[in-house]
Amino acid sequence: MSASVSPAPSAPSASPPSAPSARSRAAGPARTVATRSLVYAGVCVLVVFFALPLLWLVLTPFSPAPSYRATLSGFTFDNMAKLFDNPQTWPSIRNSLVLAIGSSVLVIALAALAAYALSRVRIPGRDQLLYALLLLSSIVTGTAAMVPIFLMLFQIGLIDRQVGVILVLSGGLLPAAVFMLKDFVDSIPKSYEESARVFGATPGQILRHIVLPVIRPGMATVGVWALVQVWGNFLVPYVLLSDPAKQPAAVVMYTFYDAGGQPNFALISTFALVYSVPVVVLYLVVNRRYGFAFQGGIKG
Amino acid sequence: MAFVAPALVLVGVFLVFPAVWTIYLGLLDYSLTGSAAQAPTFVGLGNYVTALGDPAFTRSLYLTLLYVGFSAVVGQNVLGFLLAWFFRTTNAVVRNVLNVLVLLAWILPGSVVAFLWQALLDRRDGTLNAILGTTDFAWAIDHPMAVIIVFNIWRGTAFSMLLYSAAINTVPRSHLEVARMAGARPWQQLRDVVLPTVKRHVLTNTLLITLWTFNDFSPYLLTGGGPDNKSEILPVYIYKEAIIGGHLGYGSAISLLLLVANLVIAVAYIRLLRTRDPEEATT
Repeated sequence: MSASVSPAPSAPSASPPSAPSARSRAAGPARTVATRSLVYAGVCVLVVFFALPLLWLVLTPFSPAPSYRATLSGFTFDNMAKLFDNPQTWPSIRNSLVLAIGSSVLVIALAALAAYALSRVRIPGRDQLLYALLLLSSIVTGTAAMVPIFLMLFQIGLIDRQVGVILVLSGGLLPAAVFMLKDFVDSIPKSYEESARVFGATPGQILRHIVLPVIRPGMATVGVWALVQVWGNFLVPYVLLSDPAKQPAAVVMYTFYDAGGQPNFALISTFALVYSVPVVVLYLVVNRRYGFAFQGGIKG
Repeated sequence: MAFVAPALVLVGVFLVFPAVWTIYLGLLDYSLTGSAAQAPTFVGLGNYVTALGDPAFTRSLYLTLLYVGFSAVVGQNVLGFLLAWFFRTTNAVVRNVLNVLVLLAWILPGSVVAFLWQALLDRRDGTLNAILGTTDFAWAIDHPMAVIIVFNIWRGTAFSMLLYSAAINTVPRSHLEVARMAGARPWQQLRDVVLPTVKRHVLTNTLLITLWTFNDFSPYLLTGGGPDNKSEILPVYIYKEAIIGGHLGYGSAISLLLLVANLVIAVAYIRLLRTRDPEEATT
């Protein structure tokens, strides 16, 4: 441990032992008050820093005169009415749902299968392979592989199709999903499967009746994680979908401008709010129900 | 096992294959339009020579390093750690408020967040100008790099905060107790007790946020790379060259350079992780 049990403070004053402690007690509060107020000033700055951009999202949708400025100058539902009348609103939300749910289901299904197999089979280099894929996925899903992905989808005829976007996004999310789910599968006692096998269960039956029920919380977590990732993704659908009727909310939000390039604040603010609420709600639900259940959440 | 096959196929086709194809495309003179679209010609390392000699590329690389260094390695890292360290002792109300705000900045969709910042920084009506009483101060045009750096700190600090909170919890309470008994001040406890324990977490966290920030496209939604390409980090540069400009071969070559840069960083970090291990065991 740190050897800073310094005798220094007491050394200068050769007075009785009570004196230095009294002095330090006097200096202590003053110093703590100073650092305290400094810390709380810092906290205030941080609260303002993190809250300031969010203010607009909360205030503007209900402002009678929506603009760039976040103000509290009244309260109205007119903007919401305009949003609901807009022909693009619901199709784009529906597209977002299609992409998010499609990718999420695909990721859960394939990740569960793969996680089960990888957890039960001993292949040399298995962990390294998973780690390499994880690394690759965190790199490639950004902009680096945009060109080949664009070209590939162009050539196999999946450009401008939602299936293409779902496949690309799922491919990027899968390594991390397998990584997370494998933790859950690893925690299932081997004896469960052995006894099932004794009674003649096939691998498919074992998976369906033993593994899946046990890893369901993990699948929910991974599913929601994938859902949120896809829901917010802008770049992939922006590059791969050109038909406005197929674009998800993330992209459509950037089309609510008038001919002069001025944003339509009534639409954008309400749309941003409606589009944001699902992820926040999902996050809260998952956080409450599953919390930090990433390891050892299953005890039979 | 047959169970792995579907996942492997999907990952192989949509993740590994594009990465490999990037290497091949980078060797071609290939464009979406013009004569190079009909018959891509093999130019070997020509694209790489062009890129490395192109001031637009080197400047973009420099801007990317600035962006990653200040917003992720320093900004998110330090702020995330300070928040986690602060949350350890503070009262629940302050902690929850700050926690929720930081998390919201992280989980909201990218498009929404980008627009929120446009609204904040707008030249005429922006909330920031209204609060500061400055009029006609165009933040995103006068200081584009500072804007995207601060934006990324705001956006991504939550991850570091979560990771460091978990890491600090793994420091045994008794160690901190002993340090406190020995008269160590909070700062000394941090340096002598906490930092050595969470060193590995610091490296992991820095690796992840570095890679993510390197490939971050969201500054495009804030500044569009402008003005005069002053905030044109590599992902934006690639996007403009390859997708907008249609120079697929050249864009792929730069993508590969970006990939290689990422790999170098990843390998360096992993090396660092490995070499730290035995040291820790002996001390």
